[in-house]
Amino acid sequence: MALMTFRQALHDTLREEMLRDESVLLLGEEIGVFEGSYKITAGLLAEFGERRVRDTPIAEEGFTGAAIGAAMLGLRPVVEIMTINFSLLALDQIVNHAAKIYGMFGGQARVPLVIRTPGGGGQQLGATHSQNVELYYAFVPGMKVVAPSTPADAKALLLAAIRDDDPVLFLENLTLYNTKGEVPEASVPAEIGRAAITRPGRDLTLIGYSRTAWVASQVAEELAETEGLEIEVIDLRSLRPLDRATLVESVKRTSCAVVLEDDWLTYGIGAEVAASISDGAFDYLDAPVRRVAMAEVPLPYSKVLETAALPSHEDVINAIYQTLDAVGRRRPGARR
Amino acid sequence: MLVIRRFEERAARSYTQALIGGYCHLNLGEEAAVVGLVTALEDRDYLFTNYREHGYALERGISPERVMAELYGRVDGVSKGWGGSMHLFDLDHRLVGGYGIVGGQLPLATGAGLAISYRASDEVVMCTMGDGTTNIGAFHESLNLAALWHLPVVYVIINNQLGMGTTVERSSAEPELARRAASYRMASARVDGLDPLATYAAARNAVAAARAGEPFLLEVVSERLRGHSVVDPAKYRSAAEVQALSDHDPVRLVGARLMLEGLLDADALAVLDEEAKAIAEHAAAFAEASPHPDPATLFDYNYATPVANDLRRLPGEALFAARARPTEVV
Repeated sequence: MALMTFRQALHDTLREEMLRDESVLLLGEEIGVFEGSYKITAGLLAEFGERRVRDTPIAEEGFTGAAIGAAMLGLRPVVEIMTINFSLLALDQIVNHAAKIYGMFGGQARVPLVIRTPGGGGQQLGATHSQNVELYYAFVPGMKVVAPSTPADAKALLLAAIRDDDPVLFLENLTLYNTKGEVPEASVPAEIGRAAITRPGRDLTLIGYSRTAWVASQVAEELAETEGLEIEVIDLRSLRPLDRATLVESVKRTSCAVVLEDDWLTYGIGAEVAASISDGAFDYLDAPVRRVAMAEVPLPYSKVLETAALPSHEDVINAIYQTLDAVGRRRPGARR
Repeated sequence: MLVIRRFEERAARSYTQALIGGYCHLNLGEEAAVVGLVTALEDRDYLFTNYREHGYALERGISPERVMAELYGRVDGVSKGWGGSMHLFDLDHRLVGGYGIVGGQLPLATGAGLAISYRASDEVVMCTMGDGTTNIGAFHESLNLAALWHLPVVYVIINNQLGMGTTVERSSAEPELARRAASYRMASARVDGLDPLATYAAARNAVAAARAGEPFLLEVVSERLRGHSVVDPAKYRSAAEVQALSDHDPVRLVGARLMLEGLLDADALAVLDEEAKAIAEHAAAFAEASPHPDPATLFDYNYATPVANDLRRLPGEALFAARARPTEVV
C-alpha cells in the first residue's frame, strides 16, 4: 500500500499500462506539452514521446472518433476530454459509433477505448462548465461507464477500463483529484459492473458515486460519531452496468435509502436507482427512496446562487434524518 | 458495373415487395465511380463508406448473396442481420462499414489511418462520403487531423450533385468541393465519375500518395439516377434534368464505348447483362432462403468483454422476478 492522491493514482496507472502494453496511447487536448489541464499526464510526453502521447487540436468529435477508429484496428487509445461538458461535442462519435460498432456489425469489430473526463460543479465555472452529464452515456447500451471515488478504485477501475474490449467512459471529478487514500502496489483490475458496500450498516442505505460516494462516506462517519447511526454506504462505481442486486439486498436489510447525485434530479441516475430499489425491494421499503440532487437550473456563476443550487452537507443530513423519521428509526434525543 | 446495376435494381424490387426493411439507398448511377475507386485499392487496404454502399461491398469481393442477405436481415448477411442496408461490414474483405450517420465514418477512417501510421505499416484507408457531408464539422476536423499527422487516408467525395433534394450549389459556398483541401494544405483532384478508367487513374494516384504517407482529397463527380432512397420519387428534379439522366448513365456510356472501340458487340454485352441479372436473382433467392436470426441471440453482442450485471431483460419482463409478498405477522 502507498498513500497517494487520486491524481497520482491515475497518472501512475496510465504510465504503468503504457509500459506494459505498446498498443496503449493517449490522445487529448493539452495532455502533452501542457501536461494536462489537471496534470494527470504530467511527464508522460517526455517519457513516451509524441507517438504515444498525442496533443490534439480542439476537435472533440474528430479526435474522439479517431480514437474509436484506431481502437477498431486494435490499438487501445485512452482519450482525455478536458471536462465532461466538452464531451457533448463528441456525442455522435461516442453514442452513434463507439457504442454501436460491436453490436451493429454483428460482433466483427471491437472498440477497446477509454474516455477519461472530469465532471464537477461548485467552482464558479458557470452553466456550461459545471455539468455532470455522465447520465447521457450511462443511458446507452454498448457503453460501459465507471466512476471511482477513491485513489485505490481510480487505479483498479482504470486498469479494468484500459484492458476492456468495449468503450468505457471513465468519470473523474475535479474535487476528487487532490483527495488521498491507500493504493495497493499490485495491479489488480476491478470488476466493472460491481458496486461496493464501502461501509456496512443497518439503519439506512446511503448511495453515491464519484464525488457523492466520497460525501456519503464522510457523512456516514460523522453520523456514526455524533449520533451512533449505522449507515450503510454504497459506492455505485459502475453506472452501466448498474449493480442493482447490491442496492436491493442492502435495502432489504435497512428498509430505506437516500441517493446522492451531483446532477439534476429529473430523469437522473438517482431516478434509476430509486426505481430499481422499488422494483426489487418494494415490500421491504418503509419510506420512499429519497433523492438529493441539484436544483433544476443552469448552474449560476454567483457564489450565492451557485451554493443555493447545489446540494449541501446540510441537505444530505436532513434527507437522512427525514427518511429515518419516516421509518421511525431516529434515536430518542437525537439532534434535529 | 453491370452486377452492381442489376443487384441494385433487384434490391429496389425486393424493397417494394417488403422483403427489405428500413432505408435502402442505391448506387445506381455511381457504378463507374465505385468500380474505379475500389479497383485502386489493394486487398489489405481498408474501406470506410456510408449508407449508400451495396456496390462497394460487391466490388470489394463480398458475395452478392451475403450482401443481399444483410439487406433482408438474415443470419447469412455480412453483419448477421444486425446492420441492414446502411451497415454492411466484412472484416475479411476490409470493408469496415457502412455508416448511417452522415459523415460518422470520417473520424473513424482518420483513426484507422492513425493506427496504421502508429504501427508503421503500409495499408491505406479509403473513406468515401457524399457531397453533403463536406459541410459537417467532422469533415473539417478529420481532414485537419489527417494532414497534421500525415495519415494514409484517401477521402473521397462522391459528388452526385444532390444531398437528398438539395443541390451542391444551395448547400456549399465552395461548390468545387475538392478545393476545400487547400484549407489543410492537402493534395486533391476532381475527376469525372462517369468514366471508370479516369476514376481508377485518379484513385491510383491518390492511393499512392496516401501510401507514401500523406492524405488526399478526391472529388468524383457522379450521378444519382434515382431518388435519395428507394422511396424517394425525386420530384425536385425538373423534366429536363430527368431527360438528361440517361445521357449520364455510366453503364450505358461504358457499354457504348466498349462497342465503339470494338471490344464488345451487342450480343456479348447482352450475355454479360444476363449473367449480371442471374447473379442478382440468385442473391435474392439465397437471401430469401436464409434463416431469420433467432430471438434467443438478442443479447449476443451486448459487449465484447463480458461484464457483471449486464441487463438482459426483454421488454415485457420485470426487473426482478415477481415473488409472494412477505406474510403479515398478526
